[in-house]
Amino acid sequence: MTAARTEASAPRGTARRRRIPVAYWLLLPGAFWLFLFFVIPFYSLLATSLYDPSGGAVSGYRMTWSFANYWHTLSDYVGPLGRSLAYGSIATAMCLLLGYPLAYAIAFKAGRWRNLMLVMVIAPFFTSFLIRTLAWKLILADQGFIVQTMQSLHLLDPGGRLLATPFAVVAGLTYNFIPFMVLPLYAALEKIDGRLLEAAQDLYASPLRAFLKVTLPLSLPGVVAGTLLTFIPAVGDYINAQLLGNTETRMLGNVIQSLFITVGDYPAAASLSMTLMLLIVALVYFYVHRSGTEELL
Amino acid sequence: MESDSIPAGRGAANDLRLEAVTKRFGDFTAVDDLDLAVTRGSFFALLGPSGCGKTTTLRMIAGLEQPTSGRILINGVDVAGVKPYRRPVNTVFQSYALFPHLTIAENVAFGLRRRGVRDVRRQVDEMLELVELRNQAEKKPNQLSGGQQQRVALARALINKPEVLLLDEPLGALDLRLRRQMQLELKEIQSEVGLTFVHVTHDQEEAMTMADTIAVMNRGVIEQMGSPEELYENPRTTFVANFLGHSNLIDAEIVGNTGPHVELNVHGNRISVDRARASVQQGRVWLGVRPEKVCISDASESVAAETNVIDGGTVSDVSFVGVSTQYLVRMPWGQELSVFEQNTGEHRLFARQTAVRLYWKPSHAFVLGHDQDARAGQEELR
Repeated sequence: MTAARTEASAPRGTARRRRIPVAYWLLLPGAFWLFLFFVIPFYSLLATSLYDPSGGAVSGYRMTWSFANYWHTLSDYVGPLGRSLAYGSIATAMCLLLGYPLAYAIAFKAGRWRNLMLVMVIAPFFTSFLIRTLAWKLILADQGFIVQTMQSLHLLDPGGRLLATPFAVVAGLTYNFIPFMVLPLYAALEKIDGRLLEAAQDLYASPLRAFLKVTLPLSLPGVVAGTLLTFIPAVGDYINAQLLGNTETRMLGNVIQSLFITVGDYPAAASLSMTLMLLIVALVYFYVHRSGTEELL
Repeated sequence: MESDSIPAGRGAANDLRLEAVTKRFGDFTAVDDLDLAVTRGSFFALLGPSGCGKTTTLRMIAGLEQPTSGRILINGVDVAGVKPYRRPVNTVFQSYALFPHLTIAENVAFGLRRRGVRDVRRQVDEMLELVELRNQAEKKPNQLSGGQQQRVALARALINKPEVLLLDEPLGALDLRLRRQMQLELKEIQSEVGLTFVHVTHDQEEAMTMADTIAVMNRGVIEQMGSPEELYENPRTTFVANFLGHSNLIDAEIVGNTGPHVELNVHGNRISVDRARASVQQGRVWLGVRPEKVCISDASESVAAETNVIDGGTVSDVSFVGVSTQYLVRMPWGQELSVFEQNTGEHRLFARQTAVRLYWKPSHAFVLGHDQDARAGQEELR
C-alpha cells in the first residue's frame, strides 16, 4: 500500500520539478532582450546623469557623482517640465472626454458597425506618427480652412493663428494618443454584462443613475489603463511641440532632445530624463493607488 | 423617486393582471394573447419548457420588454409603457446579476438608495438577517457560493417590498440538494413577507412544491392554470398530462354517456371514468391514467366492483427502486403502459414475462380530446 502510494506520487514529483525550468526557459528571450535594451541603457543613463558636467562629448566625462546636475537642470528647465505635465494632463483629459463616449458607443450602440468602428479607431496607425502630425500642421495652417473659417466667424482675431500655439500642441497630443485611450476603455466597457444594467433598472435606477452607479465604476479599470497609456507617452512627447508649437511651447522632451543632440550636454540631458521618469513613476503610483485599481500594476 | 412609482390602487383588484398580452419578435410569436390573473400575496408559478414564452412574460411584467399588444395591470393600473425603474416590481434574475463592484450590503441597499429611502442600514441588516447572510455583508459577490449569491439576489429584490416579486428560474444554477433546500426557504420567506411571487421555472417538481397556483405554458399560450393538485390529478391537455409527471395515454372511444360516468371502449375493454374528469363527452379520445394510480395483480386476483380492469398484460420490464417498483406492461394491443407500485408488501414482485391484470378506479383516470398529440410535452421533459 505504502509502496504503491510512493510510486504513484513519484511521477507527479518529477513533473513538478520539470515544469518550473520550462517557465524560466520561456522567460529567457524576453529577459535577455530587456536586459540588453532596457537595463543596460537605464544603467548607462543613470551613470551619465551623475557625470562631471564640465566634461564634453569630445574630451570625455568623468564619474564624479555629481548629484548637483539634477538640481541645476531642474531649476533651469522648470518651465518646460511644467508645460510637459500641463499639456500631458490636458491632452489626457481631452482624450478621456472624447474617448469615453466613443468607446461607449462602440461597445453598446454600434451593433454591426462595431468592428468597422474599431478598425477606424486604429486606422491612423497605418500611417506614420510623423506624417500624421505634419498633416495637422497643414490642417491648422494660417491659410488653412479651419483658421479662415474661424476668422470669418470672428472666433479668431484677423491676425490670430492656431499653429504654433499651446492649443495646437495639445490638439496634436490628443489626436495622436486617443486610440490608446479608446481601446482599453472599449475593452472594459465591452466586458460589462448587460444584465447588470437590467438589474439596475429593475432596482429603480434611471438610465443615468444606472450609468453612474454600475457602468462607470465597472469601466474604471479601462479609465485607469487608458489614462496611463495616454499620459505617460504624452508627457514625454516632443514631436507635437516641435512641429505644432513654437519656442514658447517647448516641452521637456524638446529640451532633452536638443541637449542630447544639438548641445551635446549629456549629463544634463540624462539627469532631466531621469527626473521625468521618476516623476511619472511617482504620479502613476499615486494615481493608481487613489483609484483603487492596484491590480493593474 | 417614491412619487414616481405606481400608487397602490384604490378599489381596484389588488393583483397582477395580464390582458390579451401578445409579444412578437419579428415573425416569431413568443407570447400569444395571454390572459393571466395573480391574486395578491400568492405564490404563482409559470411552468413550461424552454422557449415557451414564460421568461418573456416575466420580462414584460418587469418592463424589460414591451408587449406588442395587450395590457399589464398591477393593482388595476396599466403599466405597459412605464419604464422598468418606475414599476413597483422587482426581479430575482436567473444569473443573479449581482453588482460585482459593490459589497453584499451595498448590493442589497441598491434599490432603497435609488429611491432615497431613509434608514437603509437597519433595513439592510434586517434583510441580511432574514436570508442568513449578516456576517457576509462586507464581502464582494464573487467571494460567496452560488447558494449565498442566490440569497443576496433575493434579498436585494425583497428589501424593496415590491407589489410583485418576479423570480426567473432563480434556482436553476444550483445543484439538486441546494435547490431543494432553497425551494423550502423561498416558500417560507414568501409566506413570511406575504408578497406576491411570480416564479418562472421549467422544473415541474419545483413548481408543484412551491406554488399555490401554476400556469402551464407551452408555445406562448397557457395550457392550463390551477392548483398543483388540480393540474396533476385532472390535466386538461395531453401536454399538461405529460409535462407534469408521467401519464399513460391510451387510444379509446366513448360509447356510453349516461349516469355519473362516461363509458369507454378501450381496445375491447369496457372502462368507465367520472364524468367530471372527461373534458370531451363523445367520439375518439385519449384515456389518461397516472402510473401510480394503476394497480397490478395476478390475472386471477379478484378486484372490487366498479373498478376498471384490463387483462392480458405481460410484464416487459421491472425496475425495483426501493420505495416503489416501476413496471412496463405490454398490453394486448401492443402499447406499453407504465405502472408504479408502492412497496407496501401487498403484492409480490412480478418478474418479466408474467401475465398480469391492471386495474384502477373510475375516479383516477381522465379523458382528453383525441385531436391532441399524445406525446406533447414528453420530449421537453427528459
